[in-house]
Amino acid sequence: MLVSVAAPAGASTACAPTPETGCLSGTIKTAAGAPAVGVTLDIAGPAGPLSVVTGSDGRWATPVTAAGQYTITLDATTLPAGEALRDPGNNPRTVSVDLGSSKGALFPLGATAGGAGGATGATGGATASPAGGSEAGLDTPATGFSTEGGVSWGRVAQQTIAGLVFGTLLALASVGLSLIFGTTGLSNFAHGEQVTLGGILAYVFTQKLGLPLLLSGTFAVLIGAGSGWLQDAGIWHPLRKRRVGMTQQLIVTIGLAITLQYVFQFFLGGSSLRIVLSNPATVNIGPVFITQQSLISVGIAAVVLVSVSYFLIATRVGRATRAVSDNAALAAASGITVDRIIRLVWTLGAGLAALGGVLMGLYLNATSWNMGATLLLLMFAAVTLGGLGTAFGALVGSIVIGLVVELSNLVIPSDMRYAGALAILILVLLLRPQGILGRAERIG
Amino acid sequence: MDWTRIFSNVAGELIAPTTAAYALAAVGLNVHFGLTGLLNFGQAGFMLLGAYGFAISTIAGFPVWGATLVAIACSVVFALILGIPTLKLRGDYLAIVTIAAAEIVRIVGRSTALTGLTGASSGLRGDSYKKTFTDLSPLPDGTTSLGPFSYSNNASNSWWIRIVGWAVVLLACWLVWRLLNSPWGRVLKGIREDEDAVRSLGKNVYGYKMQALVLGGVIGALAGVIYVMPRAVQPDSMGRPMTFWVWTILLLGGAATVFGPVLGSMLFWAALMLIKTVGRDLIPSTVMRAEQIEQFGWIVVGVTLMLLVIFRPQGILGDPKELAINVR
Amino acid sequence: MSADLTAAATALADVPHVPGSPKPDPILVADDVTRRFGGMTAVDVGHLEVQRGAITALIGPNGAGKTTLFNLLTGFDQPNSGTWSFEGRSLGGVAAARVARAGMVRTFQLTKALSRMTVIENMLLGGSAQPGEQLWRALVPGLWRSREDELVIKAEELLERFSLLDKREDFAGSLSGGQRKLLEMARALMSDPTMVMLDEPMAGVNPALTQSLLGHIQALRDDGTTVLFVEHDMHMVRHISDWVAVMAEGRLVAEGPPATVMADPAVIDAYLGAHHDTDLGDDALLTDEVAHELEAEALAEAKVRASAEEEVR
Repeated sequence: MLVSVAAPAGASTACAPTPETGCLSGTIKTAAGAPAVGVTLDIAGPAGPLSVVTGSDGRWATPVTAAGQYTITLDATTLPAGEALRDPGNNPRTVSVDLGSSKGALFPLGATAGGAGGATGATGGATASPAGGSEAGLDTPATGFSTEGGVSWGRVAQQTIAGLVFGTLLALASVGLSLIFGTTGLSNFAHGEQVTLGGILAYVFTQKLGLPLLLSGTFAVLIGAGSGWLQDAGIWHPLRKRRVGMTQQLIVTIGLAITLQYVFQFFLGGSSLRIVLSNPATVNIGPVFITQQSLISVGIAAVVLVSVSYFLIATRVGRATRAVSDNAALAAASGITVDRIIRLVWTLGAGLAALGGVLMGLYLNATSWNMGATLLLLMFAAVTLGGLGTAFGALVGSIVIGLVVELSNLVIPSDMRYAGALAILILVLLLRPQGILGRAERIG
Repeated sequence: MDWTRIFSNVAGELIAPTTAAYALAAVGLNVHFGLTGLLNFGQAGFMLLGAYGFAISTIAGFPVWGATLVAIACSVVFALILGIPTLKLRGDYLAIVTIAAAEIVRIVGRSTALTGLTGASSGLRGDSYKKTFTDLSPLPDGTTSLGPFSYSNNASNSWWIRIVGWAVVLLACWLVWRLLNSPWGRVLKGIREDEDAVRSLGKNVYGYKMQALVLGGVIGALAGVIYVMPRAVQPDSMGRPMTFWVWTILLLGGAATVFGPVLGSMLFWAALMLIKTVGRDLIPSTVMRAEQIEQFGWIVVGVTLMLLVIFRPQGILGDPKELAINVR
Repeated sequence: MSADLTAAATALADVPHVPGSPKPDPILVADDVTRRFGGMTAVDVGHLEVQRGAITALIGPNGAGKTTLFNLLTGFDQPNSGTWSFEGRSLGGVAAARVARAGMVRTFQLTKALSRMTVIENMLLGGSAQPGEQLWRALVPGLWRSREDELVIKAEELLERFSLLDKREDFAGSLSGGQRKLLEMARALMSDPTMVMLDEPMAGVNPALTQSLLGHIQALRDDGTTVLFVEHDMHMVRHISDWVAVMAEGRLVAEGPPATVMADPAVIDAYLGAHHDTDLGDDALLTDEVAHELEAEALAEAKVRASAEEEVR
């Protein structure tokens, strides 16, 4: 039985229509023409809700037991990083299926509406070979991307850039997690929800209230920061005063995370939410293409991260923050108001997380109630890698994790890429528990 | 408002296989956290591994006992892999590693690369591994009604899985009771209080923690097997939320108590069912749609967990003086 | 009870009063033990021998490295270099639990009474060779009941001796600070150690209990147990110890019988620092400069202690 590990991955993505069943199928390819693996599609219709995931060849297929209209929703958060739907207006799309026949549904990725067909959707059943093998256009070099899983310099460069972008955005969220851990000793499992909050607020402001993106992003960050202030004032400060143990507080953060996740779902539902509907234009830098959105996001993130670093290194309050992080008792003894610093850290951390959420939502082309929860463990991996509690460690760790996540795509199926990063987390703890930049104390 | 239906739905949750599975998982977590103070946030990983181990080996032709041994072996190996690097480190490292490892199991399990083995994200269908277990049943085929409860004897969501499930839960409770009142349990309690003190008395703290991690993990794996019996092995339904519900159940009933996990699981699922059924009857769909009522139920769970940990960390059955949660 | 009458003191009579002097019957021998935290050297002990069957006091001002040395010797901290042997058996790099099983049991400066366990549970935890502490045997009470009964009798005897028997079923957390010290010491004796290491046994104990604590320590020695204890109060030390070793800034600076050591100018200097000839009672002398200096010293000391404690954790 175990031998079948190596069995062809596409096994379940095949569907043959019979008199009692019909088939829905398609192939999703990235803008570069590589198969988009692990993309989730939710299907609603007479045969009940179904969910399928694309296989290692980018194909998906599912049998349905009733004829009729089916609504297919592509979960944009499951797209490979940096990919976007070419025509978001076409998602969800409705197709009608008859029993005994196949029906294809197209979800082209990547290119802007007028661009050359960098992405292809192939109707399943009817056309066995997708038309996307010969895309020309957006990605200038013809090298690379040709074979699935093949490692070429073009792909390495592309994935490296994607990793740097992802890592930089992740760093925004991780720095707050790290600062909070450093100053209070709390592993905040609800930090992911601060990230989600940012993304969701940006969605609400742009899509529900019609504000321009810049304004709604700013509001999202401000409200996010405010929520951090409020959280410390309303929950964590009283708990510290009650001398509630660290383990207890950790479990409280889990309760909070659960609560917030379902509150988000309660109001906005479980599907993915697009902050911006139009498709991002792409830019070519040498062999690499990147969306303008990502470029601007990284720019903003870099500026903010540099400012935070400056704040921590060069300002009085920043130095006090690091002193509290280092040794709270000693800092208190030398006249620093620890509680005020912690309040500041919560505000700053939550604000950074919200900004991370907004930018991550733009980068991934969608946000959803569980965006932060998915990223939380990557943040922990980054923070642990860099050394728990050191802000700069979190920065370096995030970049490393970003690179690991995206570059591991080259060697393992992309739906396993987060697992690679988490495995690194465990290895780091095994080999160097104090992290890359951490000191050897406080261990064991 | 149909109170009889609501009552029988809620009462049905008290003996449901899912309730038994969660109670068993919480008993396992109790060995980790309640007895030893280990922060295992990957109990769902143990459960999923147990479920995979049982289902895959059954599909490969193993008999029930063989498949159960495979499930146990999977969890033992998993516990060793988790424990070796982390049990010497601070407690929150174990928390992060266990939660990450459980996610790795889920992500790898649902990966399309393993479709042939695990069925990827659609998982393994129940029919493919249930038969050997159902065949063991001494009950005649058919359906039996007992009071408000009417279930088939052997098929899927059956009396048979209820009987076996709860028998295993009781056995696990006996085991915990026995261990809790033994010198072994005393050492674990000491470790929970202060590792260094126990170390200074000549006990191999690392070894004891490892034993606890393995034992609780094995119980978790068996819980996973029971959990998937009336349904399918679905990796995405056994992720982080599952771990968190197990924690809520343990803390609700009372950590470091013998019957806390059982009471917690019954209350947890009965309360959720109550919210769901009463909500559907009382709240017009213009105010809350059906899925919103369900989400509301989970919000209640989250808030309950927070309030419980802050205001009554010993749970319902716990003794506040023997509070299991470390106050450090 | 004067120290020069004891057998242990007699045995040590001919030992030269210099740091690192060889003893006639050493139970613990340490060589070149160093421990650094970052750039600071907390412990740098060239040679130390501890006489069997005697009460040896390890004294020195705060931050002298006494507790760190204790942690190293008992396996609770790892040295940067150094070797030591206990009863001829090398214990360098050996885990704390195995050090304890070898017969060298310690207590802690901040008592580690397991506060949410009862006094008797605390005591029983100290017992050695318990079959019931193995997972599989624990399931069958018949296999461990008899050893448990033996240990209960032994625990009750010890509790009686330490006047804690009426607290048998109380949670350890409800005891007073002094009673916890007594409990911790009694618990350490459950395994009949050949040597006990007491880290500031008198700290935080009220004067009435101090006397009985001192009595218990002497009784231990008279029963043949070797005692090494850390203390920074010299007056306590004078009463009961047969031999005193002095540490300052991580090094061993003096050794000898209590009376001799107390008179040693190096020791006085170590204790009082450079300020010992200045009368601090005179406010006029407390210029801002001096005040700052003192503050800086206190802070540096706190830092050393904090990092040492963190290491242990």
